[in-house]
Amino acid sequence: MSSFVLYTITGLGLAGLYFLLASGLSLIFGLMSVLNLAQGAFFAVGGFAAWMVMDLLGDVPLDLRFVLAVIVAGGAGAAVGTVVERGFVSRIYGSHVRQILLTLGLGTAGVALLGGWFGWDPRILQQPAWFVQTTQIAGANIPNSRLLILAVAVVLFLALMVFLTRTRHGLIIRAGVENPSMVRALGIDVGRSFTIVFALGGALAGIGGALGAVYFNGISPGLGTDQLIYAFIVVVIGGLGSVPGTAVAAVIVALTQVYANNYLQAGLGSISVVVLLAVVLLIRPQGLMGRVRP
Amino acid sequence: MTPDAAISVTDLHVWRGEAHILHGVSLTVPRHQVTALMGRNGVGKTTLLLAIMGLLPATGSIRMADTELVGMPTHRVAQRGIGYVPEDREVFGGLTVAENLRLAERPGSDPRYDHVFELFPDLQGRLGQVAGTLSGGQQQMLSLARALLEPRAVLLIDEPTKGLAPIVVEHVVAALQRATEDTTVLLVEQNLWVAEQLATDVIVLDHGTVTYTGGMRSLVDDPALAGRHLGVEVR
Amino acid sequence: MSRRSAVFVGIVGLLAVVPFLPFGIPILFSGSLDSAGTLQVLAVGLVFAALAMSYDILFGSTGLLSFGHALPFALGSYGTNLLMIHAGLPYPIAIVVAVASSVLIAVVVGALALRTVGVAFAMVTLAVAEAFSLLVLTDPLRILGGEEGLPLATAQVPALFRGVVNLPNVYWLALALAVATFLIGRRVVSSRAGRVFAAIRENEPRVEMMGLRPFPFKLASFVTASTLAALAGSVYLLVVRGSNVGITTPDFTLAIVVMVVLGGAGRLWGAALGGLVYGILTLRLAAVATSETIDALPHWLSGPLSEPLFILGVLFILFVLFAPGGLSSLRPRITRRPRRGPMDGDPMSPGTTA
Repeated sequence: MSSFVLYTITGLGLAGLYFLLASGLSLIFGLMSVLNLAQGAFFAVGGFAAWMVMDLLGDVPLDLRFVLAVIVAGGAGAAVGTVVERGFVSRIYGSHVRQILLTLGLGTAGVALLGGWFGWDPRILQQPAWFVQTTQIAGANIPNSRLLILAVAVVLFLALMVFLTRTRHGLIIRAGVENPSMVRALGIDVGRSFTIVFALGGALAGIGGALGAVYFNGISPGLGTDQLIYAFIVVVIGGLGSVPGTAVAAVIVALTQVYANNYLQAGLGSISVVVLLAVVLLIRPQGLMGRVRP
Repeated sequence: MTPDAAISVTDLHVWRGEAHILHGVSLTVPRHQVTALMGRNGVGKTTLLLAIMGLLPATGSIRMADTELVGMPTHRVAQRGIGYVPEDREVFGGLTVAENLRLAERPGSDPRYDHVFELFPDLQGRLGQVAGTLSGGQQQMLSLARALLEPRAVLLIDEPTKGLAPIVVEHVVAALQRATEDTTVLLVEQNLWVAEQLATDVIVLDHGTVTYTGGMRSLVDDPALAGRHLGVEVR
Repeated sequence: MSRRSAVFVGIVGLLAVVPFLPFGIPILFSGSLDSAGTLQVLAVGLVFAALAMSYDILFGSTGLLSFGHALPFALGSYGTNLLMIHAGLPYPIAIVVAVASSVLIAVVVGALALRTVGVAFAMVTLAVAEAFSLLVLTDPLRILGGEEGLPLATAQVPALFRGVVNLPNVYWLALALAVATFLIGRRVVSSRAGRVFAAIRENEPRVEMMGLRPFPFKLASFVTASTLAALAGSVYLLVVRGSNVGITTPDFTLAIVVMVVLGGAGRLWGAALGGLVYGILTLRLAAVATSETIDALPHWLSGPLSEPLFILGVLFILFVLFAPGGLSSLRPRITRRPRRGPMDGDPMSPGTTA
C-alpha cells in the first residue's frame, strides 16, 4: 500500500512535468498546426537558467533563490519562445512542413549550443535541504520535491485555465484553435496570439526545466528532448489544442509509465506508453478531448 | 469606380490549389442595398467572398472606397468594416454564445447588444450555452449576430438559409430584412425566393465570370431569363 | 547516352576509383583518399546517401512525413546481425532474410500507421520506432546488446570484407548500395505508381476523386522506402562493424529528415547528396572542431563551434529559411522550371478547407 502511494505521487510529479512540457506544445499545435520540435530545447534553457541562478547568487538564502530560479527559468523560456516565433517561425507562414522543419533545426542547434556551453554531463541543481526530506502520507515516505513539483504544476494548470477562460487573449486562443480563419474574419490579428502561445509555451517548458532539474537530479542539454517524445504522446492522447485534455493525458501517461516500471518490469514503462498511444490513435484519433482530428 | 459603389471588383482571378475558379470577374456592389449573388453550385460565389475577405490569394483588384483589399491581411479587411457571415455558419462550437459575441466586439467600441437581441431574442436566453449544442437555425442567428454586433460598412452573407427548416428560413429572412435595411450587403443565395425577399439587384456568376447584372424584379418577372441564367424553373 | 546518364556514370566512376587515389583533399578529409580513415568516412556517407534516398521516396515523392524511418534501417542492421550471431547464417543470406522480415514488419506498421494522416501519422511512426529503440535499450531477452550495442559477428562475414586491408571492398559495397538505391528509386518514382505518389503529395482528395484509392499507393511507398532502408541498414552493419542503439533513436530519424531536406527533398540525387554531406560533416566536423584555430576562440564561441550538431543545425535552419529546395536547388537554374516540392504542401492539416 505504502509503495503504491509512493509510486502514485511520483507518477503525479512526472505528470506535472509532462503537463508543463506538453501544454504549450498542444496550444501551439492547436492554433498554428506547428509541431514545435524546439520545445525540448525550451525546457533545457529553463533548466540551465535555474542552475545558473542557484550557482551564481550564492548569498541569497536557498529557499528564496529557488523561487527566483523558477521565475528566471520561466522568463528565459518565454524569451526564447518569443524569439523563435517572431524571428523564425513567423517568417514562413503558410507552410507548416517548413515551420516544423525549422523548429527541428532550432531544437537541434539549441541543444547543441547548450552542450557547447555547459557540456553534456548533468549539472546538479543546488536545492533547499527540505526538498530531499520526506513527508509521510498514508504510510508512505514521499520526497518533498515530488509534492512541490506536483503543487507547482497544479497551480500553473489552474492559472492557465483562468488565462484561457477569463481573458480576451485566452478567448482568442481558444477560438483560434477551432478556426483561425474565422477569428481573422472578425478583425482579430491571430498573429499576435501565435507569439503569445509560443511565449507561454516557452515559459511553461522553462519552469518545467527548472523543476525537471530537481526531479531528474540534474539538468543536461538533452533532457528536454528526451522527455519531448512523452510530451508528444501526451498531446496526441489528450487531444490537440485541449489544455484540460493535456492535463488528463499527462496523468494517464505518467502513471502508466511509473506503474509499469515498478509492477511489471523496469524499462517496460516507456513501451507501455507507446502501446497506449497506438491504441488511443486507432480507437479515437482525435484524442480524449480533442475537437479536431489531427 | 462608380460613385455609389461600396465595393468594386475588377478582373479578379482566384485559384484554389491548382483549380482556377474565378476568371477575371468584374462587378460592383452598390451602396445601401442588398445585392444577391447567384448561380449554380460551384461557380465561385463563395470563392468570391473568401477572396474579398483575404482568405484566398487573388490577383486583380478589389477596391473599397479608396483602399485596395487584394493582398491585405484578413483581419485588416475586417477592421475596414466588412462583416462576414460564412457558409456553414462557422460559429466557435466549443465557446459559449456570449463568448462568440464577445470575440466580435471591437476593443474600445460600443457593441450593439440591444440591436442584436432585438433581432434574435432567442440568443439572449442562451448566452451561457455552448454554441456547438445550438440548433442549425440558432447557429445561423449567432453567426449573423456576430456580424451585426458592430456597425459595418458592408456585410458579406453566404447562404444564410442553407439547410434550415422552412419555418426557420422564414424567421431568418424576416430578421435579415430588418437587419439589412439601408445596409450594403452582398448576399450569396441559391434559394430564389429568399433572394427575392431580400435583394434589390442580382449578379449571376457562371463558369467564373459574370453573366448577368440587373434588377432582382426583372429577373424574377422573366422566367426565360431566370431559367437561362440560374437553370431553374421560376414557380 | 544522354547528358544526364553521362554525368551519373562519371560521378559513379569517380567514386569507384577513390580507393586508388593516394592524395588527399585538405580540410575535408584528414588523410589521403585511399587511407582507411577517409574510406570509412566516405562509406558511411554513401550508406547515408542510400538511406536518405529511401526516405525521399516516402517524404519527397509521396509527401508522407514519417518520424520513424530509423526503424527499418535499424531492423536491417540488428536483424542481419542477429541472424548471423544466433542462426549462424552467412552475411549475404542473413541480409536476404532480414530484409524480407523488414518488408513484413513494414507492411504491418504501414497498414496501421496509414490509418492516420498528417501529424498523427508522424506520431504513430515515431512511437513505433521509439518502441523498438526502448526494446533495444532495455533488452529484456538479453540478445540486443542494450546500450553497449551488438558487435558484428565477424566470423559469418565473407573474408572479402574482413579486416582493414579489405576496407576498399566494404567501400565499394557501400557505393554499390547507393547506386542500386538510386536506380531502383528512380525506377519507382518514374513509374505509373510513382506518378500517383506525386499526385497524392500534391492533392490527395483529387486522387480519390479520380477514382483511385490512395491507401494501397501510400502503403506501397512506405514498404518500398522501408525495404531500401533495411538494405542500407544491413550494409551499415558492416561499415561500422556492429549495431548501435544510436540508429534506433528518434534523434536518428530526425537526422534522416535533416539529410533529405539539406540535399533537397523531392529529388533523389539531392537526397543522396544530403546524406553524403551529412555523413561526412558529422564525422569530420568533430575533428575540425578540436583544431587549434577554434580552441583559440573564447569559450562561448569555441564551445558551440566544436559541436557538429550545432553547425549542422544552423546550416539546416539557413536552408529551411532561405533555400527550402536544399543543396540541389542551388545550382544555376537554366532549364529547370520551378517545381512544387513536399515543402509546399500541407500534409499537417489535410482536412483544411479555406
